[in-house]
Amino acid sequence: MSDVKTLATVWLDGCSGCHMSLLDMDERLIELSSQFRLVYSPLVDRKTFPEQVDVTLVEGAVASEEDLKKIRKIREHTAVLVSLGDCALTGNVSAMRNMCGPQPVFVRVYQENADLQRQVPSVGVPPLLDRVRPVHEVVPVEVYVPGCPPSADTIYQVLSELLAGHVPTLGGVAHFG
Amino acid sequence: MSAEPNIRTLNIDGVGISARADQTILETAREHNIAIPTLCHLEGLSEVGACRLCLVEVKGARRLLPACVTRVEEGMEVTTHTPKIDRYRTLVLELFFAERNHVCSVCVANGRCELQSLALTLGMTHVELPYQYPQLPVDASHPRFTVDHNRCVLCTRCVRVCSEIEGANTWGVMGRGAQSLVITDLKEPWGQSETCTSCGKCVQVCPTGALFEKTGATSKVRKHPEFLPYLRIMREGE
Repeated sequence: MSDVKTLATVWLDGCSGCHMSLLDMDERLIELSSQFRLVYSPLVDRKTFPEQVDVTLVEGAVASEEDLKKIRKIREHTAVLVSLGDCALTGNVSAMRNMCGPQPVFVRVYQENADLQRQVPSVGVPPLLDRVRPVHEVVPVEVYVPGCPPSADTIYQVLSELLAGHVPTLGGVAHFG
Repeated sequence: MSAEPNIRTLNIDGVGISARADQTILETAREHNIAIPTLCHLEGLSEVGACRLCLVEVKGARRLLPACVTRVEEGMEVTTHTPKIDRYRTLVLELFFAERNHVCSVCVANGRCELQSLALTLGMTHVELPYQYPQLPVDASHPRFTVDHNRCVLCTRCVRVCSEIEGANTWGVMGRGAQSLVITDLKEPWGQSETCTSCGKCVQVCPTGALFEKTGATSKVRKHPEFLPYLRIMREGE
């Protein structure tokens, strides 16, 4: 086992704020960079998820058929899965449509608020699930990192511990919202 | 003064403590800086024992007892923290979060919410129970205040402060279990309530973002429940 761990990050139904917070670690990213190789992420080019990844950070809730397929595959090929941020943990804003289901959202977004082509898109976009779900409702999760987004300090702490081979718990450290 | 001893001696978390006979376990523990989490309790209001976060173990009792409504007794042996109690408290919190639509990131009380900070202090990082996502109303008919039932934990602080301190009895509870709602008058829109004096005490004591003042900016939402013990003393002095 080499000391350099493989790291992946994924972006499901979220706003990318958690990834922004990750980048917010600034120079501390350089400090950590000798300890990991970023093998899959919206921040790099690779299109397929690698065979085996040590740590995967998941931003966002599971909201579409595509998210569901992705997260199952990622789980299969990841040793330590990290739910990063409130969308992954609770559904958060993504799950606010669960109170009414996807249909009224379609009507609001693609019909009432559209000026042209008032129709619900069905080609080239993944169908939405009836209910948005937190990641741990779909696959087992090892580490939970609350926050909207989790602060750069929190992510730094989590990442440092994970890269050192520990599994951190964020109870009493980071809060929702 | 009668010679009748009014003092009880008990043991909380292994510490010998004496308390007045009319004090609760919670009062006594807090006087001695022993932390017991609470949500429905607020100094200056009566106790209802609704939230169950203050459950403690009392030697000889068959079940866990709520510290806020259990009076001290001679020779009592109380334990405030065990793995079992901690598990129950986390479960209670999870039930609160799962029951309604608590979305901290878009809440007016974000950063100043008692439910949110309880999750932090009790180390609850996620909810294992399935979220219910009920469809609940928001009543913004009052010119100054709003009630958002999505964020209500049914602690009844608003009901108690309205009755016990303001004396208006505008707030009440309807329904049962998870279907319960806090209501103004006979479920009239708040803005049309004939009993509401618009004093805002309910808003000040609400632990979450369920009751809030229409300020325009969420950063201005500051609540001040600390005035209550003073008001209580003034009322009792009448």
